[in-house]
Amino acid sequence: MKEQHKNTKAKKYGMVIDLDKCTGCGACMAACMAENNVPFKKDESNKLDSITWMRVYSLTNGKKFPEADMCYIPRPCMHCEAHNGHAPCVSVCPAVATDYNHETGIVSQIYTRCFGCRYCMAACPYHARYFNWWDPVWPDGMEKYLSPNVSPRMRGVVEKCSFCFHRYQLAMNKAYVEGRRELEEDEYQTSCTQACPAGAIIFGDLNNPGHAVNQIAKPDPKHGGRPMNPHAFRLLERLGTNPKVYYLSSREWVRRAGDNYIKDEGKQGNH
Amino acid sequence: MDSALIPEGVKRCSFGKFIFWIIVVGAVLLWGVFAMLLCWFKGLNQTNMNDAYGFAVWIWADLAVIALGGGAFFTGLLRYIFGKDELKNIINYAVLIGFICYSSALLILAIDIGQPLRGWFIFWHANVHSMLTEVAFCLSCYFAVLTIEYIPLILENRQVDKVPFFHNLSHNMHGIMAIFAATGAFLSFFHQGSLGGVAGVLFGRPFAYREGVFIWPWTFFLFTWSAAACGPCFTIFITWITEKITRKKLVKKNVIMLLAKIAGWMLATYTIAKIIDTWYWAAVTVPSKGFTLMDFYSNNPLYGIWILVLEIVICGVVPSIILITKKGRESSFLLISAVFLGALGACVNRWVMVLQVMAVPVMTFESWPMYFPSWQEIATTILPVAYGIILIMISYRYLPIFPQEREIEQIG
Repeated sequence: MKEQHKNTKAKKYGMVIDLDKCTGCGACMAACMAENNVPFKKDESNKLDSITWMRVYSLTNGKKFPEADMCYIPRPCMHCEAHNGHAPCVSVCPAVATDYNHETGIVSQIYTRCFGCRYCMAACPYHARYFNWWDPVWPDGMEKYLSPNVSPRMRGVVEKCSFCFHRYQLAMNKAYVEGRRELEEDEYQTSCTQACPAGAIIFGDLNNPGHAVNQIAKPDPKHGGRPMNPHAFRLLERLGTNPKVYYLSSREWVRRAGDNYIKDEGKQGNH
Repeated sequence: MDSALIPEGVKRCSFGKFIFWIIVVGAVLLWGVFAMLLCWFKGLNQTNMNDAYGFAVWIWADLAVIALGGGAFFTGLLRYIFGKDELKNIINYAVLIGFICYSSALLILAIDIGQPLRGWFIFWHANVHSMLTEVAFCLSCYFAVLTIEYIPLILENRQVDKVPFFHNLSHNMHGIMAIFAATGAFLSFFHQGSLGGVAGVLFGRPFAYREGVFIWPWTFFLFTWSAAACGPCFTIFITWITEKITRKKLVKKNVIMLLAKIAGWMLATYTIAKIIDTWYWAAVTVPSKGFTLMDFYSNNPLYGIWILVLEIVICGVVPSIILITKKGRESSFLLISAVFLGALGACVNRWVMVLQVMAVPVMTFESWPMYFPSWQEIATTILPVAYGIILIMISYRYLPIFPQEREIEQIG
């Protein structure tokens, strides 16, 4: 089995989020919190100390009516590959509590290994990492509704989006029992993907030409996975983080908002 | 009351006065201990840190005290390896200040981590790619070296020295101190550097990121350099404060002048290197990430270009000029102003490389998050200062920290 596993082609799970379709409803955020036992406080108004593995940002183009336009950007963990798996957070964690899985391309977080130094949070430019400032306290009776597949986190450790890795494990278990070593595209989908009513989030293996994410984003392996689709972009492409979340938009100002540019630099396309 | 413990031939204040001040500073220490216990038992929700400021005032304090404690390794290097013999008259105090700074740094780190009981994971599950791993290993080893360097001082207490075993142990430890000084300098080079590397490797944070050589960003070398420059400045500054409080001269002028001159040249060369680094970063690195220099110094209520001017010009160029010129060094006012500014410069640099790194927005749709520490953070940051004052008070009273004190007192 080990040999067979070795021979299976490495996956690179990633996402394409169509910003022209996203309505900012927040269903992805709610689904993510329920699926992953994300703790919450009575007052969640301070976004600097509340945990949202998936966070929806709202943007405007800063123009007045009738040119005014807005856009919502859902932001999960980007599961950066950077150069050969040395993601910004992975390379700095002093205790290997976060790791890059070369079989799936997923950046893991090992809660029982993390000792809460928060260096990974300092390293992540996407603010995708969250610290448990408090112990999780669930409203009476809600413990019964927690997912048994995801361990709740204790105070003092960092957590983040895992691309619902437990779903991958469950799907792989099922496949193994059925004598398969490969998953079908629909067998492993994240909760946010399934919850999005607009179908704006697409999830799959970026290495697999049969998967929608590959067909839409058209990642260019010769250029660090940069999208060849002219409407696709990645957040902060220029930093070299090589993220696995791609965004789509037909609007240039939205694509331009994905990265930093010196005035008048790189107008008309950002790749 | 405690005269039997006081070194021979020197004067100390009355025991009552000594205890009074110990109680006063001890009260501040207890306040810090209370805040520390709150953080340990209730968690880091006692602080004003948040998900934007994962690193905050504690990490700054940590980096600052380690830089200021750099006087120990650099003075040791000059005294034992480069043979600057005059510095034997200030090395004890440099070691004591270093010991205080490094023990404080370790204490702050123990408070700062979210799961203190798992602190040992950094050694057990070490990630060799992480600068923080290098910091943890070198810091702990160097603290052990400083402890070894401090022990002979304790053994020189009048009563302890009467025990033949301790007397011989102290004598023999002095004999091999050059080995520890060399080890300390080696370890310090790496942990001071890796502390610089902590920020410099953050390629997701253009404000902090620097290119470099092999695995080491330029900040690696700059931090070591600045510690070697500002550490002796801090040693001179604290010696001056101690002299003011005790109302007597403790170290001869030629010793201070020599250390000030060396510190001045270190500071001057560091400042030149820092200017080159800043220029390259502003002209090449930052634009390649889509930023301009002023993006980092505008549109926020605190971080203006003034902080860069303060760090490089006021706390770099100005004290360098004072310290490398004989006239500057010989004016007491200018000398003390320069060493104060030199030490302040390292603190500002560490502040910028921790707090401003967290504050600068990287995604285009974010704004500058601001932060002010909670009283628990302030109290725990003051805690090491109170602890340091108490340790200096006790060491000064009972140990022959200043070898020239008796001689100066007799002349006086």
